[in-house]
Amino acid sequence: MKTVTLSHGGGGKAMKDLIDEVFVVAFDNPLLAPLDDQARVPMSALTQQGNRLAITTDSFVVDPLEFPGGDIGKLAVCGTINDLAVGGAVPLFLSCAAIIEEGLPFDVLHRIARSMAVAASEAGVQVITGDTKVVQRGACDKLFLTTTGVGAIRAGIELAADRARPGDAVLVNGVLGDHGSAILAARGDMALDAPIDSDCAALHGLVGAILAAAPATRFMRDATRGGIATVLNEIALAAKCGIEIDEAAVPLREAVKGFCEILGLDPLYLANEGRLVAIVPAEQADAALAAMCAHPLGKGACRIGQCTERRPGQVVMHTMLGGQRIVDMLIGDQLPRIC
Amino acid sequence: MKYIDEFRDRDKAATLVREISKIAQSFRQDRPIQIMEVCGGHTHAIFRYGLEGMLPEQIELVHGPGCPVCVLPMGRIDDCLAIATQPGVILTTFGDAMRVPGSRGSLLQAKANGADIRMVYSPSDALTIARANPDREVVFFGLGFETTMPSTALTVLEAERDGIGNFSVFCNHITIVPTIKAILDSADLRIDGFLGPGHVSIIIGTNPYEFIAQHYRKPMVVSGFEPLDVLQSIWMVLRQLAEGRAEVENQYARVVSAGGNAAALRAIERVYELREFFEWRGLGSIDYSGVRFRKAYERFDAECRFAVPNVQIADPAACQCGDVLKGALKPHQCKVFGTACTPETPLGALMVSSEGACAAYFRYAAKAA
Amino acid sequence: MCLGIPAQIVRIDDAERMLATAEVGGVRRQVNIMCIVDEQHAPEACVGDWVLLHVGFALSRIDAAEAAETLRMLGELGEVQAELDAMGQSR
Repeated sequence: MKTVTLSHGGGGKAMKDLIDEVFVVAFDNPLLAPLDDQARVPMSALTQQGNRLAITTDSFVVDPLEFPGGDIGKLAVCGTINDLAVGGAVPLFLSCAAIIEEGLPFDVLHRIARSMAVAASEAGVQVITGDTKVVQRGACDKLFLTTTGVGAIRAGIELAADRARPGDAVLVNGVLGDHGSAILAARGDMALDAPIDSDCAALHGLVGAILAAAPATRFMRDATRGGIATVLNEIALAAKCGIEIDEAAVPLREAVKGFCEILGLDPLYLANEGRLVAIVPAEQADAALAAMCAHPLGKGACRIGQCTERRPGQVVMHTMLGGQRIVDMLIGDQLPRIC
Repeated sequence: MKYIDEFRDRDKAATLVREISKIAQSFRQDRPIQIMEVCGGHTHAIFRYGLEGMLPEQIELVHGPGCPVCVLPMGRIDDCLAIATQPGVILTTFGDAMRVPGSRGSLLQAKANGADIRMVYSPSDALTIARANPDREVVFFGLGFETTMPSTALTVLEAERDGIGNFSVFCNHITIVPTIKAILDSADLRIDGFLGPGHVSIIIGTNPYEFIAQHYRKPMVVSGFEPLDVLQSIWMVLRQLAEGRAEVENQYARVVSAGGNAAALRAIERVYELREFFEWRGLGSIDYSGVRFRKAYERFDAECRFAVPNVQIADPAACQCGDVLKGALKPHQCKVFGTACTPETPLGALMVSSEGACAAYFRYAAKAA
Repeated sequence: MCLGIPAQIVRIDDAERMLATAEVGGVRRQVNIMCIVDEQHAPEACVGDWVLLHVGFALSRIDAAEAAETLRMLGELGEVQAELDAMGQSR
């Protein structure tokens, strides 16, 4: 089995071969092709799409590298696209920096690069520059990816958390907690066999559909680490309004419910990689919801609550029993519990 | 999901709340009725479903000592860290114990500093790790009440049968009855009735609680953990109080019997013996409230196998966990609640685990007041 | 304390070692069934059983009749309330 060694990071022929064989072949596009120190993008490519540049960067570390429903490569493309998309930007270009632990099998690297290429091409973005480093065993965990995304925001789109107002509807685009459960299960520590795929997906198409149907949309955010609970708390704090959600309306897959029951986890805090929260004025909520439901990535969309005047800065859940509880931010990671 | 969803029914909950309110109104006393849920699992259900806010004002729930993680004293965590940091050791633990602070930090911090600490779902997974790593010493951080005891005991018996020499348990199992008795014996006790721990009772049955009704004249209802179970059990305690009865009743008859689980009790009996006393965070030392391995199973006892410092550390002076545990104070009435003692920097037992009464109060209820 | 949840035994993995597969909402895990097996109830008879699961050990079989009885009683309580309400209104 051919594996990556330190010589692949040495700056010599081995490194050039690795970059050519793995990344250039996969990402192949005219802006990448010169392989210079920088990619050069004509300004017109951006100004045609909008009047503001959106830039975001994100690092991806996930164990295992490959999991049901995706892998670190797809995650690195979709995650960064989503950070652009929820701001209303049309994603255009990505950079990709890879830190590889020596000993990583080449075929794993190939699969992940191809997966990145497929995700990028499906999303209509190009990976136009990158970097590769190889580090000693133990200095990183198999493979770390960092992607930077560049997009353009059309004039007139103004999305911000502090624009949420009492009365606004809180929408999500489908069942929650799939990614977090899929990763925990795939790690194998808990020896659970869970039929759950990561929800990892690029959401810019869905965002476009929401903005077209509900142009007054106040804010969107993808509910990644910390889950929906964390996003809602961030919005409540920024907008100084309360948010009330209805437990019975929170969409969850049966297997995610079972997974959470076994490990004593709260699905509101599980990570998602293809789910967003949209805050939409009440009068456009139905239109937004209809547009979401009509999109392949919003089939399970629903309204889970609304912004309120009372209890500013807090998220309150009306429980399925008819009680209420505060949904706070977590201090650290959610750990499985037995008691 | 079967046996879950039907016990989370909103209409039936509303019915129970109305019945509870009716009885509560009939009480003529100037202070609220205090019902203690002994078990942290009940505390969790009460907060998760917002049950406290659904109950009439006359009823006050007192969140008891039944979180085996919260009541671990700092010294035991320090001892555990001493084992975990010895060369060649893999320490396996339930996730619950990772954040419990000792005097020199938590397991989570020890892991960050290089100790090989792994979270498991089951003691049998710890044994699997021992099989896979014959050149390492695998120690399981055994904790929990009688519910969890059989799983550790059966795992040790399996290790014995299969001749696995590199597996041991740092035993912190504790027993519920002496603890309830200690609470009942406290001078300032104000509890009117108890919700009994449903899952402990699967193992030990309902018979061991009879003294609570007979000797202390307090009602006890052994309760399940779904919200309807908890509400129904509260209603059953109130009915006893209204009718002047003090009995042990079993709301959780779908899994709990009077005599308990024979196979589980046999395994416990075979492997463990009572310790003369065990130290509890917040409650001090309680006689015969913990177990250790019998002589015949000493080789599976991490305390015999490793040099354990046996650290004794007093609870912080400002901490009023004991008063909260006895129902004399509500969590937010404690002097340090939310100031010196928060979930980020817990001082006392009840702030330590997410299931501790103070942590739950801090997270779910305090700000709603 | 003591997170325990209802699960269904779907397969016996190793009768001698008392290992079976249990399922909760489609999620599966190998569990120990030592505590639910006795002379009257052999390991093989456990398939289909609903059990209370705690840290990978089936601690008790769930008695379907008792569960139904609890729910029936709560249902009746609601009916009595509804009748009383109706009487109160008609008066």
